[in-house]
Amino acid sequence: MSSEPLIFFLLAAFAVATAVLMVVQRNPVMSAIYLIGNFFALAALYLLLQAQLLAVLQVLVYAGAIMVLVVFVIMLLNLGDERSLVQQLNIRMLLGITLAGAFLLEMLYILTGLGVDSDTPSLSAAAPSIGTVEAMGNALFTTFVYPFEVTSLLLLAAIVGAVILGRRRTAHE
Amino acid sequence: MSIPLIHYLALSALLFVIGVAGVLTRRNAIVVFMCIELMLNAVNLSLVAFSASLGDITGQALVFFVMAVAAAEAAVGLGIVISLFRNKQTVNIDEINILKW
Repeated sequence: MSSEPLIFFLLAAFAVATAVLMVVQRNPVMSAIYLIGNFFALAALYLLLQAQLLAVLQVLVYAGAIMVLVVFVIMLLNLGDERSLVQQLNIRMLLGITLAGAFLLEMLYILTGLGVDSDTPSLSAAAPSIGTVEAMGNALFTTFVYPFEVTSLLLLAAIVGAVILGRRRTAHE
Repeated sequence: MSIPLIHYLALSALLFVIGVAGVLTRRNAIVVFMCIELMLNAVNLSLVAFSASLGDITGQALVFFVMAVAAAEAAVGLGIVISLFRNKQTVNIDEINILKW
Protein backbone atom coordinates (compact mmCIF):
# COMPACT_ATOMS: atom_id res chain seq x y z
CA MET A 1 0.00 0.00 0.00
CA SER A 2 2.84 2.38 -0.76
CA SER A 3 0.66 4.44 -3.11
CA GLU A 4 -1.73 5.41 -0.31
CA PRO A 5 0.10 8.63 0.77
CA LEU A 6 0.36 9.71 -2.87
CA ILE A 7 -3.39 9.21 -3.39
CA PHE A 8 -4.10 11.09 -0.16
CA PHE A 9 -2.00 14.10 -1.13
CA LEU A 10 -3.48 14.24 -4.64
CA LEU A 11 -7.01 14.14 -3.20
CA ALA A 12 -6.17 16.68 -0.50
CA ALA A 13 -4.66 19.07 -3.06
CA PHE A 14 -7.72 18.64 -5.29
CA ALA A 15 -10.10 19.27 -2.36
CA VAL A 16 -8.26 22.43 -1.26
CA ALA A 17 -7.94 23.73 -4.83
CA THR A 18 -11.66 23.27 -5.58
CA ALA A 19 -12.59 24.87 -2.24
CA VAL A 20 -10.43 27.95 -2.92
CA LEU A 21 -11.73 28.23 -6.51
CA MET A 22 -15.29 28.00 -5.20
CA VAL A 23 -14.73 30.95 -2.87
CA VAL A 24 -12.96 33.23 -5.38
CA GLN A 25 -15.22 32.42 -8.36
CA ARG A 26 -17.69 35.25 -8.99
CA ASN A 27 -20.19 33.28 -11.08
CA PRO A 28 -22.39 31.25 -8.66
CA VAL A 29 -22.86 28.41 -11.17
CA MET A 30 -19.08 27.90 -11.40
CA SER A 31 -18.89 28.02 -7.59
CA ALA A 32 -21.46 25.24 -7.42
CA ILE A 33 -19.55 23.10 -9.94
CA TYR A 34 -16.30 23.48 -7.96
CA LEU A 35 -18.16 22.55 -4.77
CA ILE A 36 -19.39 19.35 -6.46
CA GLY A 37 -15.75 18.55 -7.32
CA ASN A 38 -14.86 19.12 -3.67
CA PHE A 39 -17.61 16.73 -2.55
CA PHE A 40 -16.27 14.01 -4.86
CA ALA A 41 -12.76 14.46 -3.42
CA LEU A 42 -14.19 14.10 0.08
CA ALA A 43 -16.07 10.94 -0.95
CA ALA A 44 -12.77 9.47 -2.18
CA LEU A 45 -11.13 10.42 1.13
CA TYR A 46 -13.92 8.59 2.97
CA LEU A 47 -13.09 5.54 0.88
CA LEU A 48 -9.43 5.85 1.94
CA LEU A 49 -10.73 5.84 5.54
CA GLN A 50 -12.72 2.64 4.82
CA ALA A 51 -16.09 4.38 5.29
CA GLN A 52 -17.80 2.87 2.25
CA LEU A 53 -21.42 3.70 3.13
CA LEU A 54 -20.62 7.34 3.86
CA ALA A 55 -18.67 7.66 0.59
CA VAL A 56 -21.73 6.47 -1.34
CA LEU A 57 -24.05 8.74 0.68
CA GLN A 58 -21.71 11.69 0.10
CA VAL A 59 -22.06 11.31 -3.66
CA LEU A 60 -25.80 10.52 -3.58
CA VAL A 61 -26.99 13.06 -1.01
CA TYR A 62 -24.48 15.91 -1.25
CA ALA A 63 -23.18 15.88 -4.82
CA GLY A 64 -26.52 14.56 -6.07
CA ALA A 65 -29.53 15.87 -4.18
CA ILE A 66 -28.31 19.00 -2.37
CA MET A 67 -26.21 20.41 -5.21
CA VAL A 68 -28.97 19.80 -7.76
CA LEU A 69 -31.22 21.87 -5.50
CA VAL A 70 -28.60 24.65 -5.27
CA VAL A 71 -27.94 24.74 -9.02
CA PHE A 72 -31.68 24.71 -9.66
CA VAL A 73 -32.20 27.74 -7.41
CA ILE A 74 -29.26 29.62 -8.98
CA MET A 75 -30.76 29.09 -12.43
CA LEU A 76 -34.27 29.91 -11.23
CA LEU A 77 -33.12 33.26 -9.84
CA ASN A 78 -30.97 33.89 -12.94
CA LEU A 79 -28.26 35.67 -10.96
CA GLY A 80 -25.63 37.75 -12.69
CA ASP A 81 -21.96 37.84 -11.76
CA GLU A 82 -21.07 39.36 -8.46
CA ARG A 83 -18.55 42.19 -8.72
CA SER A 84 -15.11 40.63 -8.93
CA LEU A 85 -13.30 40.14 -5.65
CA VAL A 86 -10.48 42.46 -6.71
CA GLN A 87 -12.91 45.33 -7.35
CA GLN A 88 -14.58 45.02 -3.96
CA LEU A 89 -11.32 44.63 -2.08
CA ASN A 90 -11.88 46.84 0.92
CA ILE A 91 -11.37 46.98 4.65
CA ARG A 92 -14.11 44.44 5.39
CA MET A 93 -12.59 41.95 2.95
CA LEU A 94 -9.14 42.31 4.51
CA LEU A 95 -10.67 41.96 7.96
CA GLY A 96 -12.46 38.77 6.89
CA ILE A 97 -9.34 37.19 5.45
CA THR A 98 -7.27 38.21 8.49
CA LEU A 99 -9.85 36.69 10.84
CA ALA A 100 -9.91 33.46 8.82
CA GLY A 101 -6.10 33.29 8.87
CA ALA A 102 -6.03 33.84 12.64
CA PHE A 103 -8.66 31.13 13.00
CA LEU A 104 -6.51 28.70 10.96
CA LEU A 105 -3.46 29.37 13.16
CA GLU A 106 -5.61 28.87 16.23
CA MET A 107 -6.92 25.52 14.97
CA LEU A 108 -3.44 24.28 13.99
CA TYR A 109 -2.21 25.29 17.45
CA ILE A 110 -5.03 23.26 19.02
CA LEU A 111 -4.17 20.30 16.76
CA THR A 112 -0.58 20.27 18.02
CA GLY A 113 -1.81 20.13 21.63
CA LEU A 114 -4.46 17.49 20.99
CA GLY A 115 -2.38 14.51 22.04
CA VAL A 116 -2.53 13.11 18.49
CA ASP A 117 1.14 12.68 17.63
CA SER A 118 2.37 12.41 14.07
CA ASP A 119 2.52 8.61 14.09
CA THR A 120 -1.05 7.91 15.23
CA PRO A 121 -2.41 5.94 12.25
CA SER A 122 -5.66 7.02 10.62
CA LEU A 123 -6.82 3.40 10.30
CA SER A 124 -7.20 1.13 13.30
CA ALA A 125 -7.43 -2.64 12.97
CA ALA A 126 -11.23 -2.42 13.40
CA ALA A 127 -11.69 0.29 10.73
CA PRO A 128 -12.57 -2.00 7.76
CA SER A 129 -15.44 -3.61 9.69
CA ILE A 130 -17.19 -0.43 10.91
CA GLY A 131 -17.73 1.42 7.64
CA THR A 132 -19.87 -1.25 6.00
CA VAL A 133 -23.62 -0.96 5.40
CA GLU A 134 -24.15 -3.84 7.82
CA ALA A 135 -22.28 -2.23 10.71
CA MET A 136 -23.88 1.18 10.10
CA GLY A 137 -27.35 -0.35 9.87
CA ASN A 138 -26.79 -2.22 13.11
CA ALA A 139 -25.69 0.94 14.90
CA LEU A 140 -28.48 3.11 13.46
CA PHE A 141 -31.29 0.72 14.34
CA THR A 142 -30.06 -0.25 17.81
CA THR A 143 -27.85 2.32 19.57
CA PHE A 144 -29.05 5.36 17.59
CA VAL A 145 -32.65 4.37 16.95
CA TYR A 146 -34.07 7.37 18.85
CA PRO A 147 -32.00 10.02 16.98
CA PHE A 148 -32.82 8.15 13.77
CA GLU A 149 -36.56 8.54 14.38
CA VAL A 150 -36.12 12.20 15.37
CA THR A 151 -34.32 12.72 12.03
CA SER A 152 -37.44 11.61 10.17
CA LEU A 153 -39.46 14.17 12.14
CA LEU A 154 -36.87 16.86 11.28
CA LEU A 155 -37.13 16.01 7.57
CA LEU A 156 -40.94 16.20 7.75
CA ALA A 157 -40.72 19.63 9.41
CA ALA A 158 -38.24 20.75 6.73
CA ILE A 159 -40.60 19.63 3.94
CA VAL A 160 -43.52 21.53 5.47
CA GLY A 161 -41.31 24.60 6.03
CA ALA A 162 -39.96 24.55 2.48
CA VAL A 163 -43.46 24.26 1.00
CA ILE A 164 -44.77 27.16 3.10
CA LEU A 165 -41.77 29.36 2.30
CA GLY A 166 -41.88 28.60 -1.41
CA ARG A 167 -45.63 28.99 -1.82
CA ARG A 168 -46.91 31.97 -3.77
CA ARG A 169 -49.34 34.15 -1.80
CA THR A 170 -52.82 33.90 -3.31
CA ALA A 171 -55.30 36.77 -3.47
CA HIS A 172 -57.78 35.53 -0.84
CA GLU A 173 -55.16 35.23 1.94
CA MET B 1 2.58 2.64 6.01
CA SER B 2 -0.78 4.26 6.52
CA ILE B 3 -1.47 8.00 6.60
CA PRO B 4 -1.21 9.68 10.02
CA LEU B 5 -4.47 10.88 11.54
CA ILE B 6 -3.07 14.40 11.93
CA HIS B 7 -2.98 14.84 8.13
CA TYR B 8 -6.73 14.34 7.90
CA LEU B 9 -7.31 16.74 10.80
CA ALA B 10 -5.10 19.40 9.22
CA LEU B 11 -6.90 19.03 5.87
CA SER B 12 -10.23 19.30 7.68
CA ALA B 13 -9.10 22.48 9.49
CA LEU B 14 -7.91 24.01 6.21
CA LEU B 15 -11.20 23.27 4.42
CA PHE B 16 -13.17 24.69 7.36
CA VAL B 17 -11.15 27.92 7.30
CA ILE B 18 -11.65 28.29 3.54
CA GLY B 19 -15.39 28.02 4.26
CA VAL B 20 -15.12 30.65 7.00
CA ALA B 21 -13.24 33.00 4.66
CA GLY B 22 -15.98 32.52 2.06
CA VAL B 23 -18.76 33.30 4.53
CA LEU B 24 -16.94 36.44 5.71
CA THR B 25 -16.05 37.81 2.26
CA ARG B 26 -18.78 36.79 -0.16
CA ARG B 27 -22.01 38.78 -0.42
CA ASN B 28 -24.17 36.42 -2.49
CA ALA B 29 -26.55 34.52 -0.18
CA ILE B 30 -26.35 31.31 -2.23
CA VAL B 31 -22.52 31.34 -2.24
CA VAL B 32 -22.55 31.94 1.53
CA PHE B 33 -24.89 28.97 1.80
CA MET B 34 -22.48 26.79 -0.23
CA CYS B 35 -19.58 27.88 2.01
CA ILE B 36 -21.58 26.67 5.01
CA GLU B 37 -22.00 23.31 3.26
CA LEU B 38 -18.22 23.23 2.79
CA MET B 39 -17.70 23.83 6.53
CA LEU B 40 -20.16 21.03 7.39
CA ASN B 41 -18.19 18.70 5.12
CA ALA B 42 -14.87 19.68 6.71
CA VAL B 43 -16.24 18.70 10.12
CA ASN B 44 -17.59 15.45 8.66
CA LEU B 45 -14.08 14.59 7.45
CA SER B 46 -12.74 15.07 10.99
CA LEU B 47 -15.47 12.83 12.41
CA VAL B 48 -14.85 10.05 9.88
CA ALA B 49 -11.07 10.23 10.46
CA PHE B 50 -11.45 10.01 14.24
CA SER B 51 -13.98 7.20 13.85
CA ALA B 52 -11.63 5.15 11.65
CA SER B 53 -8.64 5.88 13.86
CA LEU B 54 -10.37 4.89 17.09
CA GLY B 55 -12.27 1.97 15.57
CA ASP B 56 -15.54 3.39 16.93
CA ILE B 57 -18.68 3.66 14.79
CA THR B 58 -20.20 6.61 16.70
CA GLY B 59 -18.38 9.20 14.57
CA GLN B 60 -19.73 7.74 11.35
CA ALA B 61 -23.27 7.57 12.77
CA LEU B 62 -22.94 11.26 13.66
CA VAL B 63 -21.87 12.04 10.07
CA PHE B 64 -25.04 10.30 8.89
CA PHE B 65 -27.15 12.65 11.05
CA VAL B 66 -25.16 15.69 9.92
CA MET B 67 -25.99 14.76 6.31
CA ALA B 68 -29.69 14.52 7.17
CA VAL B 69 -29.61 17.92 8.88
CA ALA B 70 -27.72 19.41 5.92
CA ALA B 71 -30.42 18.14 3.55
CA ALA B 72 -33.14 19.71 5.71
CA GLU B 73 -31.13 22.93 5.94
CA ALA B 74 -30.70 23.04 2.16
CA ALA B 75 -34.44 22.72 1.56
CA VAL B 76 -35.42 25.40 4.08
CA GLY B 77 -32.45 27.70 3.34
CA LEU B 78 -33.07 27.76 -0.39
CA GLY B 79 -36.79 28.28 0.29
CA ILE B 80 -35.86 31.37 2.31
CA VAL B 81 -33.55 32.61 -0.48
CA ILE B 82 -36.32 32.25 -3.09
CA SER B 83 -38.79 33.98 -0.78
CA LEU B 84 -36.32 36.85 -0.18
CA PHE B 85 -35.66 37.21 -3.90
CA ARG B 86 -39.39 37.45 -4.54
CA ASN B 87 -39.73 40.31 -2.07
CA LYS B 88 -36.48 42.26 -2.59
CA GLN B 89 -35.32 41.24 -6.11
CA THR B 90 -31.82 40.62 -4.76
CA VAL B 91 -29.83 37.98 -2.89
CA ASN B 92 -27.04 40.37 -1.89
CA ILE B 93 -26.81 40.06 1.88
CA ASP B 94 -25.77 43.72 2.23
CA GLU B 95 -29.13 44.85 0.85
CA ILE B 96 -31.18 42.42 2.93
CA ASN B 97 -31.38 44.38 6.18
CA ILE B 98 -35.07 44.28 7.13
CA LEU B 99 -34.19 42.84 10.56
CA LYS B 100 -31.86 45.77 11.30
CA TRP B 101 -33.24 48.40 13.65
